Amino acid sequence: MNSDQLRDKLSSSFIVFENELNGERRSPLHQKRRAAMERFEMKGFPSTRDEEWKYTNLKPLLGTDYKIFHEGEQSLEFREIKRYFLNDIDTYKIVFVNGKYSSWLSETTHRGFDICTFSAALQRHRHVLDEYFGRSDEEPSSTMDLNTAFAQEGAFIRIGKNAHVDKPVEIVHFTTADAGPSFNQPRNLIVLEEGSSAEVIERHRCLGEQETLTNAVSEVFLGAQARLSLFRIQNDAPQAGLIDHTNIHLSRDAHAHTATFSMGGRFVRNDLAFFFNEPNATAQLDGLSLLDAGEFADQHTLVDHRVPHCESREFYKGVYGGAAKGVFNGKVMVRPQAQKTNAFQENKNLLLSEKAAVDTKPQLEIFADDVKCSHGCTVGQLDEEALFYLRSRGIPEHESKALLLYAFGDEVIQRVPLKALRQRLHRLMAQKLDVDFQLNL
Amino acid sequence: MLSIKDLHASVEETPILKGVQLEVKKGEVHAIMGPNGSGKSTLSSVIAGREEYEVEKGSIDMDGQDILELSPEERAHLGIFLSFQYPVEIPGVSVTNFLKTALNETRKARGQEPMSAKELLRLMREKMELLEMDKSFLSRSLNEGFSGGEKKRNEIFQMALMEPRLAILDETDSGLDIDALRIVANGVNHLRSKDNAVVLITHYQRLLEYIKPDFVHVLYKGRIVKSGGSELALELEAKGYDWIKEEVEA
Ligand SMILES: Nc1ncnc2c1ncn2[C@@H]1O[C@H](COP(=O)(O)OP(=O)(O)O)[C@@H](O)[C@H]1O
Ligand SMILES: [Mg+2]
Repeated sequence: MNSDQLRDKLSSSFIVFENELNGERRSPLHQKRRAAMERFEMKGFPSTRDEEWKYTNLKPLLGTDYKIFHEGEQSLEFREIKRYFLNDIDTYKIVFVNGKYSSWLSETTHRGFDICTFSAALQRHRHVLDEYFGRSDEEPSSTMDLNTAFAQEGAFIRIGKNAHVDKPVEIVHFTTADAGPSFNQPRNLIVLEEGSSAEVIERHRCLGEQETLTNAVSEVFLGAQARLSLFRIQNDAPQAGLIDHTNIHLSRDAHAHTATFSMGGRFVRNDLAFFFNEPNATAQLDGLSLLDAGEFADQHTLVDHRVPHCESREFYKGVYGGAAKGVFNGKVMVRPQAQKTNAFQENKNLLLSEKAAVDTKPQLEIFADDVKCSHGCTVGQLDEEALFYLRSRGIPEHESKALLLYAFGDEVIQRVPLKALRQRLHRLMAQKLDVDFQLNL
Repeated sequence: MLSIKDLHASVEETPILKGVQLEVKKGEVHAIMGPNGSGKSTLSSVIAGREEYEVEKGSIDMDGQDILELSPEERAHLGIFLSFQYPVEIPGVSVTNFLKTALNETRKARGQEPMSAKELLRLMREKMELLEMDKSFLSRSLNEGFSGGEKKRNEIFQMALMEPRLAILDETDSGLDIDALRIVANGVNHLRSKDNAVVLITHYQRLLEYIKPDFVHVLYKGRIVKSGGSELALELEAKGYDWIKEEVEA
């Protein structure tokens, strides 16, 4: 199998998919799918010749004969997967197993707000999907188009005016060994209406040894004064690949906070885009890549200031050990009419070995004059003097390094307001650094 | 306890220590004085195990054990403590977490049980009182934004907690006002016992009024060129180093 063959397989799979849709085929939603498929077929998978994929080679992941559709249903016991949830606090749960919604493992609601699935929304909230699904202002990337073409399941969150979701929502996508190598394309839609708020945590987990490639899309629409926190824990199995696209559209006075923790997996590409569509909205983009061995993560962000008086603050850190590789590409666009914009970006990286590498590329395109913008990026190594200081106090080398890295990463974790999640992230970080201390720094 | 013989050390091919001899027995206090750049900090770093310095010749033994092959942490576990001339700022690591890790890793290396949080807190309170430190210290990032005096006091605070057998204080007195100096000296005197030893690196006689040394050495150009009793410090205070330099050059 190579990438052309995979593309052909996707094309023929799309025909099969269409044929099963019957009456649905003429719906506006499906028309969007078909248009997206046509664009994907034109463009194909991105290659390193594409400017946006210059440092990121998808090719090795496209050589597997993935299953495009999952067959049958796989049940999991909660105790088998309990550890992938936040157990110290109560949460809503939207759980998928091999692309299918598991009502058994989930805890959803329609009381006061809708926390359910894409397929349920097709039945109950057709108009919402018609309004928001695939509503992209930018030309979508080819992988995003590919997801749109096959979109049929994922999380659907719609919060009505002034409603506040009473507990965090966890979205977890599992794939199991009996599904075989699979190509997964979950599609989330999050719509927060005026004055509403929600906290969402998403993760993908491959439970077997099979290779998986997940090509996910989340579309997020925030009404006036709406507030969203969106956290990602990306520490999937070593043979699992992930391409995530998240587009966040903000209305007046809205606030979005994303924090992305990329701590494992074979390959991670995050395409995270913020679109300021009305004034006075604010965004905070946080991220931490903590990688070793041959792991790879590409944090690709776009902040599009299209209107005046908005603020974006971006803070990404990376730690790369072994032969890990990272990319940070932060594009900030300040359009001519976007006066009084505040846009800040910071990217700090540590390389722990000769073989580790990071490509960092701030990309500021500022066309307005009355703005405050700044960016900074650093690539360094562990501070030898600090290391000696700690060791001279009796802390062994491995633990001393871990302590410094823990502190480095903690600066991002501290920005997560949810205590239970912070604790989880601390544990994951300690695990990753292979130390047993549990510090509340 | 500590025996240094014919120690030669260099950094990036520049020789800095050129044959240092020093014998420190338990219960003793030694002062090492000398002009800037003579190698005092280098000597203390080499004893503590800083890998940047290449030891080309000579030996350092602790209780008869050659420590040159030991890592800095192993030397700390043997009871060697260095109070840094310039303590490093470590953002994001609180004083408490650092001390908890340092104490418990040391205990682990010595085959002792970890200290409970309660016990640790009690111990930290006790030592903070001794050094007249504010509680807020504990939650601050290690040395980050500390004033010069606070950094030095924090070093002595750590020393008081670790109860080392050999404490090397590298210009801990520099930049301290008279009150801070008294407090620091008090901390050091508190540690002194017949089983411990202290090496004070200093420029000033001032500290030695509070901590009386048994021996005073002058380090110059990488060698100990003169040794004597506490009266030597007074002489240096009065006459400066020029006469020593002349003696050496002669
Ligand atoms: N890490 C280093 N790299 C280069 N030169 C150094 C280093 N450490 C010390 N030196 C040099 O070694 C000499 C002795 O320095 P130091 O031990 O700090 O002296 P002192 O503490 O007596 O003032 C000085 O000339 C200094 O410049
Ligand atoms: Mg010095």
